[in-house]
Amino acid sequence: MIPSVSPSVALVPLLSAPYDLLSWLVGLWSDALGWVGEQLGIAMLEYVFMHHAFLVGALIAVMAPLIGTFLVHRQLALIGDALAHTAFAGVAVGLFVNSLLGTGISPYVTAVVVAVIAALAIELIAETTDAYNDVSMAIVLSTGFALGAVLISLNSGGLAVGINQYLFGNLSTVSRENAVLLVVLFAIVALVVTVTYKQLLYVTFDETAARVAGINVPWYNRLMTTLTALVVVGAMQIMGVILVAAMLVVPVAAAAQLARGFREALLASVVLAQIAVVVGITLSFNYNTTAGGTIVLVAVAVYIVAVLAGKVQSRRASDEVPDHTDAVSRTTGDGAGDDVAGAESAD
Amino acid sequence: MSEATAAERSAAADGEPLVDASGLTFGYAATPVVEDVDLRVDRGEYVGIVGPNGSGKSTLLRLVLGLHEADAGSAELLGHPARAFAERERIGYVAQDVTEDEKRMPITVSEVVLMGRFPHAGFGRVTEADRDRARDALATVGIEHLADRRITALSGGQRQRAYIARALAGEAELLVLDEPTVGVDAESVDAFFDLLDGLVADGLTVLLVEHDIGAVIEHTSRVVCLNREVYFDGDPEAFAESDALARAYGTNVRREKGGIVT
Repeated sequence: MIPSVSPSVALVPLLSAPYDLLSWLVGLWSDALGWVGEQLGIAMLEYVFMHHAFLVGALIAVMAPLIGTFLVHRQLALIGDALAHTAFAGVAVGLFVNSLLGTGISPYVTAVVVAVIAALAIELIAETTDAYNDVSMAIVLSTGFALGAVLISLNSGGLAVGINQYLFGNLSTVSRENAVLLVVLFAIVALVVTVTYKQLLYVTFDETAARVAGINVPWYNRLMTTLTALVVVGAMQIMGVILVAAMLVVPVAAAAQLARGFREALLASVVLAQIAVVVGITLSFNYNTTAGGTIVLVAVAVYIVAVLAGKVQSRRASDEVPDHTDAVSRTTGDGAGDDVAGAESAD
Repeated sequence: MSEATAAERSAAADGEPLVDASGLTFGYAATPVVEDVDLRVDRGEYVGIVGPNGSGKSTLLRLVLGLHEADAGSAELLGHPARAFAERERIGYVAQDVTEDEKRMPITVSEVVLMGRFPHAGFGRVTEADRDRARDALATVGIEHLADRRITALSGGQRQRAYIARALAGEAELLVLDEPTVGVDAESVDAFFDLLDGLVADGLTVLLVEHDIGAVIEHTSRVVCLNREVYFDGDPEAFAESDALARAYGTNVRREKGGIVT
């Protein structure tokens, strides 16, 4: 493999060795997928951009529900949307700076920077006003989008053409360096969540009890929103600004219908997101539809199936355990539901 | 560092009060919610705090737990300033159960109880020994058969038991409860207080804020009656006979059918 020289990522020499390594790994993945496609006669796997798309899609489908699970269960689903729109401003900043100074900074890099700043700003607002409120979130969201729109119009002409790819995402523009950027974002998110899983779970479940237990809640909130910013930017390239938040929310909502435990819900949301991404990208290629939209529609279909399955499941459970409601609560010795509970968790 | 067992630590710290607050004053706005309150809780005590709505009971708990910075006075937890207190696993906290029904977060009872072990594990892994402790704690509160249920599928009383189990799993020496029986049906409330009685008999120290004055008089070993200031602090029989209640509650209190209604 010859690692491709990247013109658009401005890398200091220090970073070029790890970049080359990751780029080589992405190349390996591409070769492997190409080989699989050849063996099985899958036409869409002839294309390198599809290899990148599937890699990026699979990574997004792990990290978006991973972060989304913590957000959704704190009723913070809107944060993803707000950060996506500020990330759009970041893209515009990158394009603007590039056209002004003739530099070759990837707009995704500036998007990461701007989105992380916005994430910390949202936290600051939340900490000083003591609440995450709709209004401040809506203000951040519209400010970001407005800023992006203005910066782009300042550039006039040429750039307006390319902007659709950021708004709606694009499969065919996932370059190798974009794939490398995503691998890096994925590694950061996965590592941080693995290390801080317990703290994040505690804060998500019960903020006050977490504080009593000595967890630095503001710090973990900041961490959480920062990770959200990273995920949103990572997912933006194929999902687009407008639909990226759906990946944080829809698979998580579907998993919540099916799972009883938190770990179970995390796993289920990742599996459901993978289904949405793989099916969505395949459909998008075959019918020439926009990838982000197709993935979201598949995810919503999965969600509807999950809701129905959840209804059936809980009906079965309540048929067999008629007395698990509040009215007939018993505090000890009531083991009637054990068999049903066991039957549902097949892990 | 974490190898010192709870027993060793409590032996070392014997005689030292678990809670030692003096001259506590705190207000959200200009007028104080809590004013010049002294509260000392010794090991093994079962203290019930009563008072009318808005009397600063919950605020006092939050001050004692170090969640708020007092405007004046000091609060110490197990010999350390409450705000800077680091050995958090030694404190268990059970709050009012109000939000859980709306919040349909998927999480099982055993996952919740295991959280009691999180301060011990830090950034490390949760071990099998941690899981064993969590299971034992569930057995102690009598809901081990519900371990794999969603916490939201439990009744109010069962859920509060799960939160107590979480504190026990964390080897808490002091259990702080803020109106734990709100939204719990009457039958379960009795069983809940019986459980607390048993835990106190086993050596746990309990600090309880409770609106049900009858239950506090019946179960605790000491009553603190609060309405911004401390109106009474002493044993429950003396409290029942004193006029502290009437003074603290103003004229709205009346005795009815053996119970006290506010």
